[in-house]
Amino acid sequence: MSDRISRADVEHVAALARLTLDDDELDRLAGELGVILDHAEDVAALDLTDVAPTAHPLPLVNVLRADEVRPTLDRDEVLEAAPAAEDGRFRVPRILDAP
Amino acid sequence: MTGAVRYEPVIGLEVHCELATATKLFCGCPNEFGSDPNTNVCPICLGLPGSLPVLNERVVEFALRFAHALRFDVPEQSIFARKNYFYPDMPKDYQVSQYEAPILVDGVLDVDGTTVRIERAHLEEDTGKTLHMGGGGRIHDAEYSLVDYNRAGVPLMEIVSRPDITSAEQARGYASELRAVLSALGVSDVKMEEGSMRVDANVSVRIVGTEELGTKVEVKNMNSLRSLGRAIDHEIERQVAMCEAGERIVQETRHWDEDEGVTHGMRSKEGSSDYRYFPEPDLVPVAPTDEQRAAARDSVPELPAAHRDRLVAEWGISEADARVLLDVPGLPGFAEAAVAVLGGGTAKDVVNWCTGDVLAHLNETGLSPEVLPLAPDGLAELVGLVADGTLSRNLAKDVLGEALREPKRPKQIVEERGLAQESDEGALAEVIDGILAANPDVVAAYRAGDDKERKKKRGFFMGEAMKATRGSGNPNTLSRLLGERLDG
Amino acid sequence: MTAPGGDAAIDVARAVRSGEQKARDVVDERLDLVATRDPELHALLLVLGDQARTAADEIDARVAAGEDPGPLAGVPVVLKDNLCVRGVPTSAGSKILDGWRPPYTATVVDRIVEAGGIVLAKANLDEFAMGSSTENSAFGPTRNPHDPTRVAGGSSGGSAASVAAGFAPLALGSDTGGSIRQPASLCGVVGVKPTYGAVSRYGLIAFASSLDQIGPFATTVADAALLLDVVGGHDPLDSTSIASGVERVTPRLDQGVAGLRIGVVQELTDVDGVQPEVRAAVAAAVDVLTAAGAVVETVSVPSTVYGLSAYYLIAPAEASSNLARYDGVRYGLRVDGEDVAEMNGRTRAAGFGPEVKRRIMLGTYALSAGYYDAYYGQAQRVRTLIIEDFRAAYERFDALLSPTSPTTAFEIGAKVSDPLSMYLSDICTIPTNLAGHAAISVPFGVDDAGLPIGVQVLADALGEPTMFRVAQVLEDGAPAGSGGVAP
Repeated sequence: MSDRISRADVEHVAALARLTLDDDELDRLAGELGVILDHAEDVAALDLTDVAPTAHPLPLVNVLRADEVRPTLDRDEVLEAAPAAEDGRFRVPRILDAP
Repeated sequence: MTGAVRYEPVIGLEVHCELATATKLFCGCPNEFGSDPNTNVCPICLGLPGSLPVLNERVVEFALRFAHALRFDVPEQSIFARKNYFYPDMPKDYQVSQYEAPILVDGVLDVDGTTVRIERAHLEEDTGKTLHMGGGGRIHDAEYSLVDYNRAGVPLMEIVSRPDITSAEQARGYASELRAVLSALGVSDVKMEEGSMRVDANVSVRIVGTEELGTKVEVKNMNSLRSLGRAIDHEIERQVAMCEAGERIVQETRHWDEDEGVTHGMRSKEGSSDYRYFPEPDLVPVAPTDEQRAAARDSVPELPAAHRDRLVAEWGISEADARVLLDVPGLPGFAEAAVAVLGGGTAKDVVNWCTGDVLAHLNETGLSPEVLPLAPDGLAELVGLVADGTLSRNLAKDVLGEALREPKRPKQIVEERGLAQESDEGALAEVIDGILAANPDVVAAYRAGDDKERKKKRGFFMGEAMKATRGSGNPNTLSRLLGERLDG
Repeated sequence: MTAPGGDAAIDVARAVRSGEQKARDVVDERLDLVATRDPELHALLLVLGDQARTAADEIDARVAAGEDPGPLAGVPVVLKDNLCVRGVPTSAGSKILDGWRPPYTATVVDRIVEAGGIVLAKANLDEFAMGSSTENSAFGPTRNPHDPTRVAGGSSGGSAASVAAGFAPLALGSDTGGSIRQPASLCGVVGVKPTYGAVSRYGLIAFASSLDQIGPFATTVADAALLLDVVGGHDPLDSTSIASGVERVTPRLDQGVAGLRIGVVQELTDVDGVQPEVRAAVAAAVDVLTAAGAVVETVSVPSTVYGLSAYYLIAPAEASSNLARYDGVRYGLRVDGEDVAEMNGRTRAAGFGPEVKRRIMLGTYALSAGYYDAYYGQAQRVRTLIIEDFRAAYERFDALLSPTSPTTAFEIGAKVSDPLSMYLSDICTIPTNLAGHAAISVPFGVDDAGLPIGVQVLADALGEPTMFRVAQVLEDGAPAGSGGVAP
């Protein structure tokens, strides 16, 4: 078992990831994430200050499309997939926090 | 000098403007205001699993045009990043924006003789719109909310000034000038009321003479230049009062409440500002080519400052009138089109109508000049009717009022309402003679009276004459005929 | 006559185009096999029987009318269930998307249908393609057709098992860290991970966007080439699609390897826990290539040893963002809550399985304030090192060689409780994804238990033509009993 990540860290990350986890899951994940991050220590420990990061394996730039209108989806089809809809809109429970 | 410590405000503005493209930032859905909810959507802007974004080339063109107007540097490459946070108006629960490598850096805007530096301008996607049901439509009191994603994915440019602004007045000037520039460039509709231009202010105060910046507070939700000024003034007062009371200012976001004239702190979840930005892997870097840069340079039109100078010189209008005219998106073009029909001589009249009744109507209805039933040549027609004596100024105001609301030409309204000014001497002489004959006692009182009395009686006769002609009698002619009979 | 399900796609298409065989008969035969065999294997999540028969009848009608339906005429194709098909339930192996019907179709599927191919079924997978055994599917594991007590590999285990069982001669999967090649190896079929950008990702439910690629499964190298040629090439709907330079591979298959320089990657061959038979298979493959005129040497690509660690930071980071959208608002599962944040949290807790949660948590952590530079940023720098090391290797070699997987198929349940040991199954395949290069797994012999072994051929970006030449020679020289449909 690794103690690299505390239970409080896991709770904080779960909040960021919007996952409502129970106590067992939080405990288990604290251990599992610790083990994986221990394994990643080989990478974290490398001195790579002079190496540029690669975000993308391809050297592509400037992929653009013309500003032309394309067909939109049928609203009924879109809203049919929604868990809840009303008046042509998606319905959600009340919003408590600011964006 | 009293020994009291004095404070000065330090203000930076973040302006979001929706770009006036035909389609959204990353998909071909129409970029349109006011459509039925959730009709301008596709797998991409709805963030459906498996969909991928492709950048709209017009957005790059607009950004480069803006770069020339405000003398920005355009770095070799800019990249998109994901800003991760959960919110129901955001279909992917991340916003594609630019973070470490924005498309434009280091611009400047001249505002009333001062220069405001602009740190950056970057591209990002807009969110959808939520409607709060129950609880008076306020977000936190609502029972539930409804989401429309028509606006999701609409291209935004965020323009971030440096904290060079020192007063609410200067902030308004900056926002106003920026709005005029964006409008002139044709890159945005810049309507604060519709939300196509949104201005947030970062306000802090510091002791005069010190260099260190105070804790800044972000103020949001101002939907006009006027409320921007009020909100900043209020926030400065609030912060100064806190400093004087020895209270600590907390870094936070506050909402401007237009009705109450105050700002409210907003609830935010713990850790919600940890946006976990990382480069957007579904998009590749933007590296403007020499051709794109040159094309943008060539497409920059006359900018507002030069435009104002030209109108003052060519039309003989005041700097203030030119500013009012150019401050309204679409109105300068409307006025110029009307002047083009009339020829230069009556430009001043055109501007007076535009900045008076036409602007009042636009403000009242929230419409833009392009969608008015009155076309520029209609306004030209009205100015012509006044100039040739067919219509008095007062009646012209009524006619304009109708022409702004109904799809009718001024001439048609004049005919329908029989408003053409009566200038026929014979007809008007008959009216005057009739009035004098019917009021012999007033005529006698006039003749016997002093200057003051005469003026009063003259007014009475003119009123009667206008009544008899239902307002259409040419007042100059009536006055002359009356004088001939009473004094001749 | 071949065994049921044994005909190669090339032969099926040739027979259907010439009118020798009815597409309808091909489809019926394969559907019969599915009905007999899939209840045990559980390779498929959804069989599109009626649609496939209707499509087959249309192909037959076109042939009868003198038309040519295309290079895949009448060929049944199985799709991994993370590929969107309009109106067809697409779950990505997750409860959170159970029953979702996409309103649009993936580019690769459009291309298959335009080429006359017939979509037969949607295949099982690890939830959101996260896994190496298909045991992470919310709908239960897929069993290996060679030994149903063992896994089919993953995450494209359903696609691999379908081809190995003869349900279809062709299947599509997706490969983020080995998810095509590893199950191909474990099921004894050919599996290709194309160069990043060679095949459009439009309509592929994303796992890790900078690593994901769609690729073919087939019983032969030539069939894999056929499907790659159909689905590959530029797509304006994918910004990361390569606009030019994607060459068709089929014409290159017969060119042999005489004069090619091939390097055996030391770090990917001498891995901990590699099975002796797997090591022996690579040695035997070297002999085959040498005999065919290639010059084979050992090569070191040092930074590939960091591949696994870098991958398990980058892929979860991108996944944590890609999977944020499953929030109960627009589609899929919703578990109600007092407010929207509570609803989001409960929905995601109920809808995602343990491995997906683990990776979302890991990725969120790796991107979060204070850790970005140490983890995600550092992993991206390692990515640069790996690309540079491969570049050096490809200056000296035309293609590289290694095992596909350190082991053959393991028992169901053997690794589920130890995430790290499961992750190690992808140790040989991951560096290719980090570099954005191409690789193929070719069946090459069996272990002592008779389980298939795969050998991996790696190539530089857009090196598919050379890679397929090597793969063809390996297939031709493989020990008897390699590949083909499981008995």
